[in-house]
Amino acid sequence: MSKTGSCSKRLSDRSRLFHNLQELRHSASLANKVFVQRDYSEGTTCKFQTKFPTELETRIERSLFEDTVKTLNNYYAEAEKIGGQSYLEGCLACATAYLIFLCMETRYEKVLKKIAKYIQEQNEKIYAPRGLLITDPIERGMRVIEISIYEDRGSSGSSSSSSSVSGSTTR
Amino acid sequence: MHLGVSESMRECEYSQISTRSSTPMETPYKKRTPKKRKWESFPGRNKFYCNGRIMMAKQTGVFYLTLVLILATCGLFFTFDCPFLALQLTPVIPVIGGVLFLFVLGTLLRTSFSDPGVLPRATPDEAADLERQIDVANGGTGYRPPPRTKEVEINGQTVKLKYCFTCKIFRPPRASHCSLCDNCVERFDHHCPWVGNCVGRRNYRFFYMFILSLSFLTIFIFAFVITHIILRSHRSGFLTALKESPVVVCFFSVWSIVGLSGFHTYLISSNQTTNEDIKGSWSSKRGKDNYNPYSYGNIFTNCCAALCGPLPPSLIDRRGFIQSDAPQLAPPTNGITMYGATQSQQSHMCDQDQCIQSTKFVLQAPVILTASTENGGILAGRTALSLGGPCTSLPLGQPTPPTSTPSLSCHEDPMAHHHFLTPEEVPSPPGMLPCGSPMGHSHTVQAGFYNPASQDSLHEDSVRGLVKLSSV
Repeated sequence: MSKTGSCSKRLSDRSRLFHNLQELRHSASLANKVFVQRDYSEGTTCKFQTKFPTELETRIERSLFEDTVKTLNNYYAEAEKIGGQSYLEGCLACATAYLIFLCMETRYEKVLKKIAKYIQEQNEKIYAPRGLLITDPIERGMRVIEISIYEDRGSSGSSSSSSSVSGSTTR
Repeated sequence: MHLGVSESMRECEYSQISTRSSTPMETPYKKRTPKKRKWESFPGRNKFYCNGRIMMAKQTGVFYLTLVLILATCGLFFTFDCPFLALQLTPVIPVIGGVLFLFVLGTLLRTSFSDPGVLPRATPDEAADLERQIDVANGGTGYRPPPRTKEVEINGQTVKLKYCFTCKIFRPPRASHCSLCDNCVERFDHHCPWVGNCVGRRNYRFFYMFILSLSFLTIFIFAFVITHIILRSHRSGFLTALKESPVVVCFFSVWSIVGLSGFHTYLISSNQTTNEDIKGSWSSKRGKDNYNPYSYGNIFTNCCAALCGPLPPSLIDRRGFIQSDAPQLAPPTNGITMYGATQSQQSHMCDQDQCIQSTKFVLQAPVILTASTENGGILAGRTALSLGGPCTSLPLGQPTPPTSTPSLSCHEDPMAHHHFLTPEEVPSPPGMLPCGSPMGHSHTVQAGFYNPASQDSLHEDSVRGLVKLSSV
């Protein structure tokens, strides 16, 4: 995936990748969904279990999966961290009667955007070539990380023309 | 330019990941009618205004009463007392009064209109997956009652996570299901009829700011009204002075509001919710080793965390558009009804427990202005139980392998249509989504019974709760 400065070039690259991921969905059929549940051992902070689901054993390496989940957990910990910056934001917001959120977005929202970008990256680089797709937890109410497993319908060539690993390796 | 690009990229990201539906690039191919927004098919019992921007509970009468009381009292104060005081003492008085009044109004509206932290209900695939896991944990086909609780150790304390039959999820710790709004709410504090909304994780700080600033405002008004009366009575006599000021309203509200603020200050400093305090979840009376695992240890950190901590975003995405062609796996299993008989036993026991607790609370706590959600919950639970009956006899099995598209599209229809219209479109508890299945006809029974019966009983109970509290 080329990373040039110009936004339009990046958009056209993304559109090519979109088509590939769309083709993945069209050429492959949804076989199963795996749900990675929340880990509440540290309280109510957002953290997902790093236990490797058995359905993914044949699909992806354990270390890659665990890396993804650990990075996500770190992002969520950063979003919910209670420290100097969050206090400042809270006090400022209170002082302006919370009107400041009309112009500024909260730190949590900024981190969520970073997470969305990270998940997309992971999908493009690692998961889509293996016939998997991660759904952003925010779309599932932060309850689960939903991983969709796709089975190739037989037309394996089209799905990953610009990805590094061909889809047929997942079979 | 930069913002526009990042916005479109953001849209691309979201649509790419979640569904196979059209990205902005593919919109020319779409021939469907304008999409509906998610709030229009929200399964909970909430009211939405301003195209999904404002979210409130169903019964908002008391909220308007609160508004009227505040506006009337402040109006009278500014009209009758302020001119006199501004001239006699200092013009700073009306200014401070004005600032306090605006702050009170702002926090009240923010509390009432924002999402308290509602947890969206499980998608059919998630629910099916959970059912399967519970089934496996029970050792296969069960006539055995499922535990429907999970135990988790948090900071050394064992916490039980309960399964919510309505939302089909295991509730996170500190979450609770509000029977008035029919939603699971994160860090559920209580359902406040005075603000017309639940108080939960996302709006607790606004609620606290509201009652704190309202205490200051009422004390402020009360003090200066008394001053006004005293100053005037030097000239014209006590009784005429008394006639001209809004003392009476202030007098009663001062004590109740100040008391409530005090109570919530205690809750914040010990990092408890009203719900936990009522149930005595972390009280030392339950056991020697019982302590609050969520507390940070010192009062200052607890307060800062509650009031100045990060504000999580809304999980329900009210203004998002419904994407009706999300790929789905299988029709949801109806595993719940396999355990129909035992389900009734379990939740019956839990509800009785809650009933006792809540009755104790209402008798013991005169100052707290909360509706008794527990009572409402019991009746909702019982009504739902009677509906579980007709379905227990239906045969159920493991989730079927992926079905073809026509049946898949059926599942999203409940999201797009209004509740309780047809049997095929009933998404609510006991929560079966039939699609070409033989269970279709039984749902007319459910659709017919559930709504009116539970609504009436809930309404009765909320009114009863209010009557009890207003007699305080």
